[in-house]
Amino acid sequence: MSGGLYDTSKKDFDTTLDLKKLRSYGDTMNDGKVQLSFTLPVKNDAKGQEAARLLAKKMGISEPSIALSQSLDSEFTFYVVYGSCIHSVDYTDIHVQTIESDVMEMDECNQYIRENIGRKVVIIGASTGTDAHTVGIDAIMNRKGFAGHYGLERYEMIEAYNLGAQVPNEELLHKALELNADVLCVSQTVTQKDIHIQNLTELIELLEAEGVRDRFIVVCGGARITHELAKELGYDAGFGSGSYADDVASFCVTEMVKRKM
Amino acid sequence: MQSKLNLNEALVESARKSAAHVAHETQKFIDLHTTVAVERTVCRLLGIDGINEMEVPLPNVVVDHIIQIDRLPMGVAYLVGNAMCQTGKTPQQIAEGIDAGEIDLSKMPAHSEEEIRNCIMPIAKAMTERIRANVNKRNEYLNEYGDKKGPYLYVIVATGNIYEDITQAKAAAKQGADIIAVIRTTGQSLLDYVPYGATTEGFGGTYATQENFKLMRAALDEVGKEQNRYIRLCNYCSGLCMPEIAAMGAMERLDVMLNDALYGILFRDINPQRTLIDQYFSRVINSYAGVIINTGEDNYLTTADAVEEAHTVLASQFLNEQFALCAGLPEEQMGLGHAFEISPDVENGFLYELAQAQMAREIFPNAPLKYMPPTKFMTGNIFRGHVQDALFNMVTIMTGQKLHLLGMLTEAIHTPFMSDRALSIENAQYIFRTMQDLGDEITFREGGIMQTRANEVLQKAANLLSEIEKIGIFETLERGIFADIKRTPTGGKGLSGVALKDEMCYFNPFIEIMRGEKA
Repeated sequence: MSGGLYDTSKKDFDTTLDLKKLRSYGDTMNDGKVQLSFTLPVKNDAKGQEAARLLAKKMGISEPSIALSQSLDSEFTFYVVYGSCIHSVDYTDIHVQTIESDVMEMDECNQYIRENIGRKVVIIGASTGTDAHTVGIDAIMNRKGFAGHYGLERYEMIEAYNLGAQVPNEELLHKALELNADVLCVSQTVTQKDIHIQNLTELIELLEAEGVRDRFIVVCGGARITHELAKELGYDAGFGSGSYADDVASFCVTEMVKRKM
Repeated sequence: MQSKLNLNEALVESARKSAAHVAHETQKFIDLHTTVAVERTVCRLLGIDGINEMEVPLPNVVVDHIIQIDRLPMGVAYLVGNAMCQTGKTPQQIAEGIDAGEIDLSKMPAHSEEEIRNCIMPIAKAMTERIRANVNKRNEYLNEYGDKKGPYLYVIVATGNIYEDITQAKAAAKQGADIIAVIRTTGQSLLDYVPYGATTEGFGGTYATQENFKLMRAALDEVGKEQNRYIRLCNYCSGLCMPEIAAMGAMERLDVMLNDALYGILFRDINPQRTLIDQYFSRVINSYAGVIINTGEDNYLTTADAVEEAHTVLASQFLNEQFALCAGLPEEQMGLGHAFEISPDVENGFLYELAQAQMAREIFPNAPLKYMPPTKFMTGNIFRGHVQDALFNMVTIMTGQKLHLLGMLTEAIHTPFMSDRALSIENAQYIFRTMQDLGDEITFREGGIMQTRANEVLQKAANLLSEIEKIGIFETLERGIFADIKRTPTGGKGLSGVALKDEMCYFNPFIEIMRGEKA
């Protein structure tokens, strides 16, 4: 890059933070700076770079700069692009559904169950459908837990069953009825072509078809899951990345009490 | 090789002895049994191929028929051989006859063992010669291009469409990949048949079919010619069709196969008896076909803790080594698995990884170890992920791992984009170049963190194996010793496909030929 290391262009934009016109931040308020990378199925030459630049412009990137163009194959090129995104959003007008329960630690949670439910809570978890990954469900269920948060199997007042991966929705339901479960936890880790949505939808449809949707608290989790998506699909809650067993347990037991289960 | 870890050789020896005892005891059980998958494999190796109008593969048609007439214990070779003597037809014609309802193997007069063998053995020999020719072909390529010194860069393609997979694989090979693994669709391991023909569907991969093997093999040979390198092809010889896939791979010159019964038992809930029997035949085939097998110990650490449970990985490697030896598989084809899965939050975690990788290297000096990248603690922070992968690459080059499965910065987000793969290859090549001989320049401090760690893991593995030696493999699985997962001998999928052999007439011509000579 001939521009050198320092950005010497004059900053003639307003640098006060306006939450009604929230823009991305590089090193100066409202500079709109973003980084992105993508591949185009064309050869690596000046024409390809121009194509990448034009595509970035269409995405709302003003003055896109192609920091890298690298051949992946004779007819595929990888681009790293920097620029300023012209768009802004009104932060003051955003309403997001979040899980409204206070997170209790394991001992608190056990105590809460003893006092408010008075019996062990049965929770079964599975990675359903075609998903072969158990990382997510294990992090929630296994005794050891994840990142210092003990898993549900360690909770004295929770009877936790981890069915593992690739569990068909029918089997999950069958097991839930057999064990008289209170809570179903579904994990979807790796997804291709949005198969996780289909999987998750099918489970709710199945529960409804069998007339047992109201018998269970049904929650889902995974890197691609948000609470909002989960609610939209008919789940009681959704847990994205950075959620642990205590988040799941706290929500489920307070919800059970709320619903007088 | 100069030991860096000062490992207790007596412990290594006792662990190996315990594992050998476990494997030999298990082998006694294996030798008495056959399975539907083993018999379908015999069908395939006898040249029975194709599907019927209902799209059922003919090997399944034949074996289902044999079950119906209650003769699975006699085995396909005996029954089809007998029908060949009687009718003069080829195995394929007999299979078609069974499918059409024109042939009933229970209605054939019995021929003598000698007559049956005279019909079967020439066909079996022709097949093993075909496989032998594939081995020769691979060796010719390797002689012509030379084989790669140092780690093989191993990448996956997983588009779910074999033609798209080919595009990705060719690009990856040109970027420097040495092994292309074509990921199967999730769930194939639980199918009790092998789908037929080229496939363009699946989730997280597409089906392992013989046609897909053939298409990818041709593509990799072509790109290998351009690049003047031999590009190895890998697929998954596990699940309920384990030996069938080994046979298909042998016929289509695959080079590397995931092949581990313990993995299927633990992570796919396949019945332990069924898959251990299947594994034996598949390893015999892989051995003969010069295929490097990969074992799945790395997966233990995705569910169990990588620091606390490291010894279970080593114990399982010892077992897998001995099971492989029982099938005649040479050490040079044992891609024993392990992984870089210690949490980034652990102080000195890198030292433990380095110690454990060096330990595996010293205990299995001739094995092309398969080393798996971080997955459990990949978070979606692609920038940190790229650093984790760099550390993993350093361990490989410093400790001489061979099958180096490249970590992707986008692990836990999606199946790799073409660019993810290119960035990973670039990362590994850079580190392998800049640190090429670092391992040779380093010794570990006497009694330091690394020597202590390795010897601790070894001690615990040896203890565990002496325990396993007492209780046997089936009870070990039942107690949840591996990966914290419990599996019973009669649980899981596929037990109904297991049968005690009829010792009067059962024979497997391929095990006889393949074990009788070296490929």
